[in-house]
Amino acid sequence: MSAKVLTITSGKGGVGKTTATANIGAALAKTGQRVACIDADIGLRNLDVVMGLENRIVYDLVDAVEGRCRLNQAMIKDKHIPDLYLIPSAQTRDKTAVSPSDMIRICDELRKDLDWIIVDSPAGIERGFKNAIAPADEVIVITNPEVSAVRDADRIIGIVEAEEKGSPRLLINRLNPEMVKQNNMLSSDDVVDLLAIHLLGIIPEDIGVLISTNKGTPIALDDKSLAGQAYRNIAQRILGENVPLLDLDKGSGFFNRISSVFGSGEK
Amino acid sequence: MQSQEIEVKGIKNGILIEIKEGDWSLEEAALFEHIDQNKSFFEGAKLVIDVGGRVLKSPDLSSLRNALSDREIKLWAILSTSLVTERASQDLGLLIKIDQSSPAPEKDLINSLLDGDEAIFLKRTLRSGHKVKHPGHIVVLGDVNPGAEIVAGGNIIVWGKLRGVVHAGAAGDTNAVVCSLDLSPTQLRIADKISISPAKKGKTRPEIAQLEDGQVTARDWYKFSKE
Repeated sequence: MSAKVLTITSGKGGVGKTTATANIGAALAKTGQRVACIDADIGLRNLDVVMGLENRIVYDLVDAVEGRCRLNQAMIKDKHIPDLYLIPSAQTRDKTAVSPSDMIRICDELRKDLDWIIVDSPAGIERGFKNAIAPADEVIVITNPEVSAVRDADRIIGIVEAEEKGSPRLLINRLNPEMVKQNNMLSSDDVVDLLAIHLLGIIPEDIGVLISTNKGTPIALDDKSLAGQAYRNIAQRILGENVPLLDLDKGSGFFNRISSVFGSGEK
Repeated sequence: MQSQEIEVKGIKNGILIEIKEGDWSLEEAALFEHIDQNKSFFEGAKLVIDVGGRVLKSPDLSSLRNALSDREIKLWAILSTSLVTERASQDLGLLIKIDQSSPAPEKDLINSLLDGDEAIFLKRTLRSGHKVKHPGHIVVLGDVNPGAEIVAGGNIIVWGKLRGVVHAGAAGDTNAVVCSLDLSPTQLRIADKISISPAKKGKTRPEIAQLEDGQVTARDWYKFSKE
């Protein structure tokens, strides 16, 4: 068995790369897959916080790259799910501490014992981003339904295609169906129409995501959350299963479930 | 491998290396050998490589760039006479020209081929950050997204949605036109006139934009073609 490397990137900051990495990692691991999440955002470490593993860090990615520890010493075991690991980034260094070939070497070393390696890319298109996509077998671009985020996603897709990493798949995060209905937000169709790549999933706007990231428990583990359901579906699609998109735009069914998530609708 | 084969020149803002002939993988290995032998000279440098007419694709260039960046060297520009190599370099954000004299020659390039009626055809989506510049006409089969830019000496035809910035007749040809199935550019320029798209509603129809009395005017293609 050899693991597949997925890199999650966006161009713009703050659209949910780290949250998506933690949740997709958790959702995949929940199905019994062996998963490692790598925080490639060196100097601005926070995947460990979102996964609730901050206080367990002894060694980090840069220590492993520079040979101060063995790679498996930098792998932190998740506290919720077996077979989920985190390789945290260094907080006291910067992007130049790691090179693209270091990332390829680290991922190749990890491949044999895992099913999935998920790399959390930093924002931007500079060194840190290049490090993150260098080892990728597949790139997932995440964006929000906002013009500026979509513009940056488009730029990123162009760069990923130029690097011949294949066409990336798209995640749309924080979609608010109510706002789309009132024409105050880009719809998923608008975004897909512009970016013209395969849509892997849509995560609805959900205040529970913020709460869960602050708590350090991925929302994908919350069976009652719609956003959690969206992440679990995304994990199924990554595993090659054909799961229909959550239908957020229609007035029936799922829409009512969203209202109840927001505490406004009773059904 | 003899390191003398590699010609290294200091230029204004960096180091220029000419590797115009020979097998690329051998030459590349020789280059790295040379760099590794002269580490202190190259470290932190901005490198310009003149590859002559050689055709290099994006993966060649990105592996070159990564290997250089491992050695703390920034690949700054690739000079080539091959269009394929130039485009691959541009896609990776590398410069394809270095400022050796004044910025004037760029305009001459546009003027020089204007009467040649030469066109380039691009079958792809031009995404944000892509810039295509050509002295003749440019035809795109695909969309031109916001943030992308097309500059043509002649006409521009986009068989798809046009939402980026386009400049037709960039060398001053006031007869140049821009056509698209969905003409909604961020900005549209013909010769020295600049316009922005009016807000549109409803179904989009193919349109043609040209200069009429010194104003950029867009018209429905079906009506235009019957006149």
